[in-house]
Amino acid sequence: MTTTLTKDTGSKAIIPLPPTTARIGAVAGAVVAFAGTMMPWTWTSAYPGDLTVYGYPAELQVVTLTGALLTALFALSGLGIRGLTWLTPGGKSSPVLLFALGTLGTVGYAMGSISYQLGGVVNLEPGAWISGVGALIAAVAALGLPAEVAPDEYEPNLWHRLRAATKAPEPGRSTKELPAWLEIVVIGVSFALGLYVFAYCIAAEAELFIGALITTCFGAAAVSRAGLLARLTTLTTKHRNVTMAAAIVAAACFPFTQTDDTYALIGANILIFTTVALGLNIVVGLAGLLDLGYVAFLGVGAYAAALVSGAPTSSIGVQFPFWAAVLTGAGASLVFGVVIGAPTLRLRGDYLAIVTLGFGEIFRIAMQNLNGNTGPDITNGSNGIPNIPDLEFFGFNFGESHEFLGTPLGRPSNYFFLMLIVLVFVVLVFRRSGDSRIGRAWVAIREDETAATAMGINGFRVKLIAFALGATLAGLAGTVQAHLQSTVTPEQYQFANTVPPNSAFLLAAVILGGMGTISGPLIGAALLYLIPKKLEFLEELQLLLFGLALVLLMRFRPEGLVANKRAQLQFHETDQLDVPDQRLPQDTVSVTKAGA
Amino acid sequence: MNTMTTTATTTVLDASDVTMRFGGLTAVRSVSLTVNSGEIVGLIGPNGAGKTTFFNCLTGLYVPTEGKVSYKGTVLPPKPHLVTQAGIARTFQNIRLFANMTVLENVLVGRHTRTKEGLWSALLRGPGFKKAEAASHERAMELLEFIGLAHKADHLARNLPYGEQRKLEIARALASEPGLLLLDEPTAGMNPQETRAAEELIFAIRDQGIAVLVIEHDMRFIFNLCDRVACLVQGEKLVEGTPETVQSDERVIAAYLGTPFEGAPGAEEVAEVEAAEAAAPGTDSRTEDPK
Repeated sequence: MTTTLTKDTGSKAIIPLPPTTARIGAVAGAVVAFAGTMMPWTWTSAYPGDLTVYGYPAELQVVTLTGALLTALFALSGLGIRGLTWLTPGGKSSPVLLFALGTLGTVGYAMGSISYQLGGVVNLEPGAWISGVGALIAAVAALGLPAEVAPDEYEPNLWHRLRAATKAPEPGRSTKELPAWLEIVVIGVSFALGLYVFAYCIAAEAELFIGALITTCFGAAAVSRAGLLARLTTLTTKHRNVTMAAAIVAAACFPFTQTDDTYALIGANILIFTTVALGLNIVVGLAGLLDLGYVAFLGVGAYAAALVSGAPTSSIGVQFPFWAAVLTGAGASLVFGVVIGAPTLRLRGDYLAIVTLGFGEIFRIAMQNLNGNTGPDITNGSNGIPNIPDLEFFGFNFGESHEFLGTPLGRPSNYFFLMLIVLVFVVLVFRRSGDSRIGRAWVAIREDETAATAMGINGFRVKLIAFALGATLAGLAGTVQAHLQSTVTPEQYQFANTVPPNSAFLLAAVILGGMGTISGPLIGAALLYLIPKKLEFLEELQLLLFGLALVLLMRFRPEGLVANKRAQLQFHETDQLDVPDQRLPQDTVSVTKAGA
Repeated sequence: MNTMTTTATTTVLDASDVTMRFGGLTAVRSVSLTVNSGEIVGLIGPNGAGKTTFFNCLTGLYVPTEGKVSYKGTVLPPKPHLVTQAGIARTFQNIRLFANMTVLENVLVGRHTRTKEGLWSALLRGPGFKKAEAASHERAMELLEFIGLAHKADHLARNLPYGEQRKLEIARALASEPGLLLLDEPTAGMNPQETRAAEELIFAIRDQGIAVLVIEHDMRFIFNLCDRVACLVQGEKLVEGTPETVQSDERVIAAYLGTPFEGAPGAEEVAEVEAAEAAAPGTDSRTEDPK
């Protein structure tokens, strides 16, 4: 216990406190905040979530309680309490600070929101004040913890030191080998936890969602700083197939956690968005082609599927079975992708972006004009194709509710499972194509096109393959989307809109999540769908906040939430781990030997 | 190596009357050059002589305005990837590695033309795909072993020190199993020790039966290394021959160092200098026109 503390005292804390005192202070603050959540926060149940009960926390109080509990746990772990040290293999101070700040943020938001909605601070009951003061004590005490990373700047000001205090050293390699079954259990538990948080957030009302979001964001940062995320990543890379299976199982469990069809519908829409984002990641993340009109391929797939779905308004009066509709949708997107790609992929960089942006809009306007007045009647113009019938597989009707394991699963859940299969397929395609000759050629083209062609790569051909593959995958998702939404209109496929998926959001999902990774776009797309959905009450402020969030994220984490190892090294050259060993004089000897 | 020189030498590269014009500027003017198998040929010339442009014409990055380039008897199409496919590999004057790929991946990209697994086989992952990937990995590791970078296979290319980046670029070029290797200033920025190592490396490459054409400014390096040297000046080939011939050629010396005045310094210049010296001790020399 003392060894870790004495070692830490070398670096300065923002608030000068003895480290042990600071740590105990953080624990005490967390306990006070915890106690506050057991008391009512307001007097009326008019505020969503009924925060008026003694001895039983509700909604925002539960979130605060979780935050306080984690603050205390991580603070105690830093004290070297037996059985808790495994929590903090990396940083010992910054996780406490981040958790405390998260708790403070949640309580602060709750207090502000109660006062605002009910018209005054007077509506706050003592419980809220106790929790607030407790969280404040914890945060202040956490600021007294010794910083583990020195600020980069020569003369750090308060802001620099605050940023440094939220950073932590990377954890060293684990000394203890866990048994394989335990590692798999850890992976399983992590995904179960992820599913729980996701299911909790998706069903939450706006107030609770914001509170949960604050705690989750700070919590995720804290867990990452504590080194737990790095440990988990080691495990998941070691057991890749187990990880993928666990992820699929966790996703498949989602409809069972939902009693309400609206949330299952959100889930299914998120899956469509993530699938398309992952398809775009092939084009943008691997091959480095900036495509600003990608949503058009989703639209091509959806329109193709709608036209052959047997919808009464479809201009082609045929009804294909679903497998044929899928092939039609994907095939139409493939053709469209090649037709657009063939002339445009000779351009590089910004020019390509402008041309794809144009083509994306051309698609939308063409769909609008093929209405019988301004062109041949194919798509019904801006009315779109409504009443697309539900799918039917071997007598399994997607439109009906089915009982499975005693749980009724409604229409959106059926589509959720279908979309999950499509997503798994797309993940497999991404993984396999990325790790192959063609995938390396894509990355080479992205890195340096001239050198890549000089290495014998037919740049145009390889780029066209990436473009067409991305288009096909989007078209595939589009076929399901048409049936899920039962209507396709041109307005669904805009460049920028408040409702994802649209080209701007897709690109943002890829970049926010992390280019070239699989999990990055999945997380990015899920967040980018869920957050605007939950904050609909902000209305026109949404896009403004979205832009602001993008700017901030690009400023502080340019490589995205889930960093590709390559990108991480590229953007943060100062703290890279992969710095080559120092060159020794004998290196030249070995070269001579090799050359002789 | 000896077998290579004793057997009848075949022409690997035959560039005839290559001319490259950019608008009104003729960067390369009807240059002809042949490289025979088992040969190391040097290409020298002052800055801006058109050496790299000539290289770009050979590798298809530029389409020559006139003239043709043939490799082992077949005329090369002016597309870089087809030139590499045919068997000419190159390195770049300013290192152009795939900076964010690992050392091993860089070499694997070089294998692109010698493997043919497309998208379908990557998606289906049949036994053929796995065999081809394993073979590529093995060959790439051999090459890294050859240049002495096998222990850094997992490092990012951008993190390698300068000298090793140059070597990696050579390994990447060798991965395409070329018959002719074009090296554009392989020792630029290297210290004498590293230059010496590069020399050994190029000899070792030649001994594998790969002809080498090398651009270089380091004269000691080039005259040690090359069987034949050609000198380009202002887009035209001035002289070609053994290192000794080129070294002692007056035109080459003139191109690098300038020509001495005929009978200089003449009386006129002497008088001018004297006038200037006489004026110098004066109070205000600036107002005095030395003319």
